[in-house]
Amino acid sequence: MSSETKQILTTDGIPLEVSLKKAEKKNKIKAFLLVAPLLLFLVITYIFPIGDMFMRSVDDRMVTNMLPKTFKAMEKWENLDELPPEEVYRGFYEDYKLLAENQQHGKLGQRLNKEKNGFNTITKKLFRQIKRKKIDESASLKEQINKLHKRWRDVEYWQAIKRTAPPYTASKYLKGMDMYFAADGSIAQVDEDRRIHRILWLRTLEIAFFVTLFCFFMGYPIAHLLATLPMKYSNLLMICVLLPFWTSLLVRTASWMILLQQQGIVNDFFVMIGLVADDNRPEMMYNKVGTYVAMTQILLPFMVLPLYSVMKTISPSLMRAGKSLGGTPFVAFWKVYFPLTIPGIGAGCLLVFILAIGYYITPALVGGASGTLISNQIAFHMKTTLDWSFASAMGLMLLTGVLVIYWIYNKLVGVDNIKLG
Amino acid sequence: MSKNPEFVKFDKVDKSYDGKVLVVKDLQLDIAEGEFITMLGPSGSGKTTCLMMLAGFETPTHGEILLDGNIISNIPPHKRGIGMVFQNYALFPHMTVYENLAFPLRVRKVEKDEIDKKVDKALSMVSLSGFETRMPAQLSGGQQQRVAVARALVFDPAVVLMDEPLGALDKNLRESMQYEIKHIHESIGVTVVYVTHDQSEALTMSNRIAVFNDGKVQQLSNPAELYEKPVNSFVAEFIGENNTFNGEVVDIAKDKCKVKLANSEILANPISVKSKGEKTTVSLRPERALINPTDKMDNMFTGKIEEVIYHGDHTRVRLNLLGSSEFILKVPNSTSNLELKVSQDINIGWNSADARALDPK
Repeated sequence: MSSETKQILTTDGIPLEVSLKKAEKKNKIKAFLLVAPLLLFLVITYIFPIGDMFMRSVDDRMVTNMLPKTFKAMEKWENLDELPPEEVYRGFYEDYKLLAENQQHGKLGQRLNKEKNGFNTITKKLFRQIKRKKIDESASLKEQINKLHKRWRDVEYWQAIKRTAPPYTASKYLKGMDMYFAADGSIAQVDEDRRIHRILWLRTLEIAFFVTLFCFFMGYPIAHLLATLPMKYSNLLMICVLLPFWTSLLVRTASWMILLQQQGIVNDFFVMIGLVADDNRPEMMYNKVGTYVAMTQILLPFMVLPLYSVMKTISPSLMRAGKSLGGTPFVAFWKVYFPLTIPGIGAGCLLVFILAIGYYITPALVGGASGTLISNQIAFHMKTTLDWSFASAMGLMLLTGVLVIYWIYNKLVGVDNIKLG
Repeated sequence: MSKNPEFVKFDKVDKSYDGKVLVVKDLQLDIAEGEFITMLGPSGSGKTTCLMMLAGFETPTHGEILLDGNIISNIPPHKRGIGMVFQNYALFPHMTVYENLAFPLRVRKVEKDEIDKKVDKALSMVSLSGFETRMPAQLSGGQQQRVAVARALVFDPAVVLMDEPLGALDKNLRESMQYEIKHIHESIGVTVVYVTHDQSEALTMSNRIAVFNDGKVQQLSNPAELYEKPVNSFVAEFIGENNTFNGEVVDIAKDKCKVKLANSEILANPISVKSKGEKTTVSLRPERALINPTDKMDNMFTGKIEEVIYHGDHTRVRLNLLGSSEFILKVPNSTSNLELKVSQDINIGWNSADARALDPK
């Protein structure tokens, strides 16, 4: 009796569950095949690059591979406050000689120079001595190398070499937060006047926050108008909202440059109506003001569209009900309409904030020195200093920041409450 | 306490949305205190516009609306103190049933205990006690409807407007809700202005019905009079079923007239015809024509059965009579049922008093 109730059979004796799976199998395969290209695309263009970025940001195997004998010998270096023993010098000399033969010694010099300033000079000196065969390999290498330059006699330089020994390092991440591994391996802050990244992070958050706020206060009434106006006007307004969307980002930013510069249209207008004196035109570009104005305008549609799609679904009779029940227009708005638009507000703010945090081209063009963001710094390291691993580290920190914001949003409002359209 | 017969007064109200077409034309309507009045009419007849003007969501283009003797045209909706039930209920989806009902009381700064008491009372009135914490989405259509009614009544408004509140419900539920709303009205004596396009709903519920067409009130009277004595062919057509004959008056006396049809003549009751030679449409309710009448009737004709349709409680017979094949008869389902067969000839008779000669269609 009990076995009968446990398993339901179809008429031909196959268990119902098996039969159902069989019937659904074909549909499942079809559905999977439909999404397979997208999945592949995502893996290739998203998952792999992020993985690669992560590897680059922590990868420090270059020195490890270049100086195998040195690091082997350094294992026996016990008192780190004194110069290393002869074996370490010998190991380093042999490694370096091999690099010199393969024309790889320059890279090592640059890499070590990043770890501690001054390395480039002393490794080049060593290279010249090796080239001229002035080093006697049968004598004490420690003495000969120490004689080359006083820095070789400084224990800090040998400590710096030892720090590069582990194949993976978090030093790029620390650098992104203006910190570094001190000689003894502890984490230290860079000098106050050299802390540029932390300022950039804070500025990025600040600008993203205020741009989101401006977009919200400007986008909310527009979205409301769009949702309530008769069709023929709302279509026109919708085109006005979308038109900038269809224009190239570069063109829009450039047009803001024309508008905002000191001899630009906005300043001309202010002078014309007598708001400012002609010889005292305010700077509205190459600073935060320019970044705020241009980014707000460019990101506005991302706020308006989710708000509009949510407002469109709110029946106008709800506001009427609120008023007919005795609520003033403000009460009806605040207690009835506004709470119903929260999913749209959440979606719009999240979208604008996340886009703003990673914004690059507009701050680069109109931001000047005080209006650039962390993404401009990343681009700088990608293109100018070619320190890709540092750029990757900062890119990942940005990504983590976005995920944290998403998580906080989920805790506060709930992601189920997002409505993008 | 004497009831004010002009509690709500539409005084020569015109309304136009585009400056070209009048949606409401010269409306003159008095609504007595405690009355259940229905505005009935086809869509686009201006009935909802009238309701919206009374609620304050539309302003009259011309004329005044008075509530208890005060002109309210310039008072915003939230100060009118008029309850309203909307077509799609318009319950606040983010509030519980309790919060929905408490909303009108909270904005009036009623105290918490008082709110609890009133919400309790209103919910028990619509037999939904115990549903306070539900969200509107968790309620069935009928329950949402009751909440909407309770919410419109909870703050004791002088007038409650209902804009096709039962339109979204299925037939059985709609009928039971009709009685429920009627009973609530009777028990609390509030003035109700009800808008519908469903004539049976209007006939069931109202004290008086205003039939709207083309922006004008065609007839304003109680349900029985509206059905029995329509004053024009639109009302006759719109309310209930109707057999019509188009013809010309050839002879007219005080309470009888002779109407010439295509190839015969009938006697009718002159309602809106005054003189010989006028065109007219004669209207006759299907249940007023009898088969093989035993009494003497002044209209007696023979027709041929075209179709017999069984309706359960009655049988509907379509006849070819006096040149029209659209004459409908309603035969009640009784034990002494007649044998009715298609293409059979039968005798039909009716009194001229029931055949109303109205304006031509």
